[in-house]
Amino acid sequence: MQPFTFRRPADLSEASALLAAEGAVALGGGMSLLPVLKQRLAAHAMLVDLSRLPPLQGISATDGVLYVGAGTTHADVAASPVVAGTIPALAALAGGIGDPQVRNRGTLGGVLANADPAADYPAAVLALGAEVVTDRRAIPADAFFRGLFLTALEPGEIITGVRFPVPAAAGYAKFRSPASRYAIVGVFVARGAGGVRVAVTGAASSVFRVPQMERALDAAFTRDALAGLTVPPEGLNGDIHAEPSFRAHLVGVMARRAVAAALA
Amino acid sequence: MGLSITLTINGVPRSLMLDDPRVTLLDLLRERLDLTGTKKGCDRGQCGACTVLADGRRINACLALAVSLDGADILTIEGAADGDTLHPVQVAFIAHDGLQCGFCTPGQIMSAIDLIREGQAGDDPERVREAMSGNLCRCGAYAGITAAVLDAQRRMRADDDAAQQEKQAA
Repeated sequence: MQPFTFRRPADLSEASALLAAEGAVALGGGMSLLPVLKQRLAAHAMLVDLSRLPPLQGISATDGVLYVGAGTTHADVAASPVVAGTIPALAALAGGIGDPQVRNRGTLGGVLANADPAADYPAAVLALGAEVVTDRRAIPADAFFRGLFLTALEPGEIITGVRFPVPAAAGYAKFRSPASRYAIVGVFVARGAGGVRVAVTGAASSVFRVPQMERALDAAFTRDALAGLTVPPEGLNGDIHAEPSFRAHLVGVMARRAVAAALA
Repeated sequence: MGLSITLTINGVPRSLMLDDPRVTLLDLLRERLDLTGTKKGCDRGQCGACTVLADGRRINACLALAVSLDGADILTIEGAADGDTLHPVQVAFIAHDGLQCGFCTPGQIMSAIDLIREGQAGDDPERVREAMSGNLCRCGAYAGITAAVLDAQRRMRADDDAAQQEKQAA
């Protein structure tokens, strides 16, 4: 790791002021940041530790909306009776991120700010039509993810939590890397007030929706409604784990499994 | 600039001065406190050899800055046994040959202790394997590890039940 200074702000406004400085970066659980710092893939002059800021904690459900504080660990989401009682697919997703050691440290806000193309949470946030709440505004999921490790966050802007509308049904299925547990392809399907939304992670440079599948599932929310549907391989990721054509195939398979999970 | 932190390590409160914020919990334990039971394998959160409990939960010590854990209660393999009496998980690893070279073993044992506390895996070997997926064993002692975890869990439950009954009888 290159040298950095470490700061633990007492409140959000101090955190935001610190993060506005050149070279400053937010530290959540550190499950993605520490490895890239250690491998010298990134260097930052200042780490601003948000992991214990009180405004970023807490899980609550009111009026059909599940709110999860940005500092909530994956283990806490997975074990939360509130999450299990509102969006069980989200609890299951959180319980399948990485391994137990990672889930005890990694946070929802950290995952979203990092916007790793193979992370699980972005699929849930986009498919559920959630709002990413920051210290200055609420950003709709459709406007939040901007590309490979790119989000709509401005310099110094801090995610404080996420508002998930509680759907009528939702399911997540992923074909995971057996080593890292990252999604080679993950598909989250949600049937909510505004219709069905289907979001795919792991397959491309950023999470994306599949309108053709959404229309088919709006007509009939069954596994069979997706028969033969997938996405074209052009533009999808290819690596030693899966070439683009295999990922395209997996999008169809995982989407059908996600629907089956939503109906279970 | 020195960073002053306090950690409770294996039950002993310690005031520590860090000369650099880059010091991970793992390096603090091994290089500065001579607690070398916790092992450094990959040093990037993939192998689990450095697993310790922080406030009762298993974490990778290599991916936690010591300064960010200020105030935490840390349990390492050195604190697992009760004096000369081994922890039931340690006993079970020996009984089931849950190790070959032993390098990953401290991490496996700390991880297993927290797995049993979580109480989510039940008696299903597949769920135990999944719940131990953060700990790699290059020797491939997985069959013994899974058997050891299941056996330790059974014994600890039986001990808890016996203690409970004794309490009720008294």
